[in-house]
Amino acid sequence: MRVVIVGAGQVGSSIAADLADTHEVIVVDCDGERVEELNYSYDVLGVTGDGTSVSTLEEAGIEETDMVIASTDNDETNIVVCSTVKAISDAFTIARVKNTEYLRTWERSERAFGVDFMVCTNLLAAKSIVRMIGLPAARDVDPFAGGKVQMAEFEVDDDSPVANQTVAEADRFDSLTFVAILRNGCVEIARGETVIKPGDRAVVIGSPTSVQEFARSVAPEESPGTAEEVVVVGGSEIGYHVARLLEERGFRPRLIERDGERARDLAERLPKSVVMESDATDIEFLEREHVGDADVVVSTLDSDEKNLLVSLLASRMGVERTIAIIDTADYVDLFETVGVDVGVSPRSVVAEEISRFTRDGEAENIALIESDKAEVLEIEVDSESILAGRPIRESMQELPDGLVIGAITRDREFVTPRGDTVVEVGDHVVVFGDIDVVDDIAPKL
Amino acid sequence: MSVRVDTRASLSLVGSVLKYLAVPLCFPLLVALYYEETIAPFVGTILLTVVLGVGLERLDADPDLRAREGFLMVAVTWLAVAVVGAIPYLIEAHGVPILVEPVHPESTLRNPANALFETMSGFTTTGATVLGDISFESHTRAIMLWRQLTQWLGGMGIVVLAVAILPELSVGGAQLMDAEAPGPGIEKLTPRIAETARALWGAYLGLTVLEIALLYSLNLAGIDGAMTFYNAVSHGLTTMPTGGFSPEARSIEAFSAAAQWIIIPFMIAAGTNFALFWHVLTGDPKRLVRDSEFKFYVGVLGALTAVITAVLFAGGLVSAAPAGGTFDAAYLETFRAEIVGQLEPSLRYAAFQAASIVTTTGYANMDFNAWGPTAQYLLLFAMFIGGSAGSTGGAVKIVRWYVILKSVRRELFTTAHPDAVRPVRLGGRALDERAVRGIYAFTLLYLVIFFVSAGIVFLDATRSGLSLTVLEVLSAIAATLGNVGPGFGAVGPMGSYLAFSNASKLFMFVLMWIGRLEIIPVLVLLTPEYWAR
Repeated sequence: MRVVIVGAGQVGSSIAADLADTHEVIVVDCDGERVEELNYSYDVLGVTGDGTSVSTLEEAGIEETDMVIASTDNDETNIVVCSTVKAISDAFTIARVKNTEYLRTWERSERAFGVDFMVCTNLLAAKSIVRMIGLPAARDVDPFAGGKVQMAEFEVDDDSPVANQTVAEADRFDSLTFVAILRNGCVEIARGETVIKPGDRAVVIGSPTSVQEFARSVAPEESPGTAEEVVVVGGSEIGYHVARLLEERGFRPRLIERDGERARDLAERLPKSVVMESDATDIEFLEREHVGDADVVVSTLDSDEKNLLVSLLASRMGVERTIAIIDTADYVDLFETVGVDVGVSPRSVVAEEISRFTRDGEAENIALIESDKAEVLEIEVDSESILAGRPIRESMQELPDGLVIGAITRDREFVTPRGDTVVEVGDHVVVFGDIDVVDDIAPKL
Repeated sequence: MSVRVDTRASLSLVGSVLKYLAVPLCFPLLVALYYEETIAPFVGTILLTVVLGVGLERLDADPDLRAREGFLMVAVTWLAVAVVGAIPYLIEAHGVPILVEPVHPESTLRNPANALFETMSGFTTTGATVLGDISFESHTRAIMLWRQLTQWLGGMGIVVLAVAILPELSVGGAQLMDAEAPGPGIEKLTPRIAETARALWGAYLGLTVLEIALLYSLNLAGIDGAMTFYNAVSHGLTTMPTGGFSPEARSIEAFSAAAQWIIIPFMIAAGTNFALFWHVLTGDPKRLVRDSEFKFYVGVLGALTAVITAVLFAGGLVSAAPAGGTFDAAYLETFRAEIVGQLEPSLRYAAFQAASIVTTTGYANMDFNAWGPTAQYLLLFAMFIGGSAGSTGGAVKIVRWYVILKSVRRELFTTAHPDAVRPVRLGGRALDERAVRGIYAFTLLYLVIFFVSAGIVFLDATRSGLSLTVLEVLSAIAATLGNVGPGFGAVGPMGSYLAFSNASKLFMFVLMWIGRLEIIPVLVLLTPEYWAR
């Protein structure tokens, strides 16, 4: 596949590095020096010029290109790049934006701006942070269907309430499906009579709230409930989205922002959070507000150094876990060594998302289980699918064993799949299965 | 362009409104013709108001209305209609020299101070009366209808009505409605303000007609013989504006329990933000139940009703009829037998009176002077609550109390967490701090004016040798400033404000006026900053 990447910053370079081995990659950037550098470090073609101009795109060979990724640091530029590409070719376009308003517009009509796939940096970073706050007991969490569905992998301890129960007995959660049990490196598809033994890992698929609920019951000590105290330091867009997503899950986070006007604005937009106007490095303030008693402190200030400082301060005051936004991807390891529990680089998160999307193809979202012994697939059901227009129980008879329908979303709403659920055209279905089975059966779904 | 206030433009617009006052005056004129009563009071007033209106209109051929002129226009309009509206009463009592003989020369409205009080009480939907005798023996049916009609015109607002029909007010209309409408700020329902004004008046007219039809159907069904067509219309005209002028001396006590039960929901509707009815009618009924002010309003009404019901049920009436009061021992005994230990009557009297006072309607289905102090003090407090913003109710308004309550809670929170930033939310929407400050200022000003006025009236009563209790004076001021109507004791629901001196009555005339316009639009006219460049 021929891929043009516009913008050779951290995100663009990282995607280029990722794709260079398997695809033909052309990188476009205004900065001649940076282009030159990429030319030497990776096996890619560099083009110097403005990605929004037709002539530059033509120089990059837009006619033969299959995919264009607009990943400059400027939202508007990325959107214009995609529109321009759509005006002159049929290439698939991917845009990276920071502003969630653009994402919302695009989600309304997935043809908006000539963008075929849109990735929002701030939102993705916030989501990955919130996933970590919500499910520390989970070994792995993957979102599907735009975040409406989650797949999670949990370790089952001796004292877990589901230990030594059959799946049928353990299946007491709304909108949650047990899909598999991982035991000694083997994948066993979950059947009603399968016994969950201590030491196993259970793979579940369900709505984020039900997964959270499940996490609380399999590992009550490790999984924070919504009573857990989360302090978000820094009212950046990422900080705002972290607080907002936490509110959605029933948490009542506290958010600290230094700028009075911004604090007021955030307080208006976050009805369930307590917004405080203060400098988060003011120790007296931190003590007065008992920030040390918090369970998690997330620092989303605008500089890596300040985030490091806040995290260190917080750990010293006794905070259990610190999560920090680290803009410079190279610092993540270093910061985690010095004392930040988890470092999140928004650019890496976006680069990973785009790379993953690029590898997986258009409509499918894949996660691999136990280093590719099993696979989770998200499929949009069309009229040709064997699932379309009939109850799941009926279609399952024509499908091989080793396949589980984990979740369905219809018009972005979660539908729990049960035997008598009728799948409609346009539904998104999340399927779990043995790798061989899935490969065979995927085209029929 | 001069920045100073353009008084000519303001007065010219007042003239336009006065001119059109001739149209509602035609209704009592027709009633007078129907009942073969004298038409002189109305013919005279129609001529006068048209001449005066056209004269004022001539002051400025093309009035340009800006923010400041708006306040002047609204304030003067209300004063002017109250003055012109008093003329039918005066003609009825005095006649016109040489041309017309007086019809009821013994009427208490012969005194100009009384006539002015009664009209202002009408237009501001206060419902406080100085009629010595409420009956068709001492007043014509046409005059009584005019009295009720002033309330209906004042309810949704004369200026709102003017905005709805006068094209020259389409530009500054929002400004004007804001100055007149009860509650902080107005909600534009449609892009054009005249259409919003028409929508509000439409909902108002619709509810009035519905109530008249329901009340009259009681008569047709033979349930309530007292509810004649005249009475049904009269009560329709005075319920929806939360007015309370009844052509019956015994107010709603004169009617059956069924009629009382019908009037209760209409009073509650009258105290509801009319914009919500518009949303309900245009296909968004959930707006009504989701509205936080409405929920709070219904909650307050429910709580008050529950407490008063319990008090009445348990026998919370006074032990003996007061000497010289508006009722006697026999009256008390009748009600004691009817209410105590009886759920339906206890609930009905409590719900009716709670709704009547909270919405500032001022009807009574019994003389609540017979209630014990617990229930009476609850009613006194209720006089300060008021209806919702954008309703026809008076007093402080439920939304202001709600915001104050929430901001006090915020204050307590920020005492514990001094760095917290907490906007005050109204139904999920964060309020601007300026709006919160404005609400504090208004409420404080309201209470200050209340206490100072009570002091003044108490002194004046003492001076004129009128012996009144503190509760009577406090309730009289709360009832006039809040446009409630009846108070306690001598000014109770079956009594009148007649005993006060002319000076006190004219003072209350001003209180009703500023109370209806929510103080600030009138007081601002008294500041030098308003008139300065």
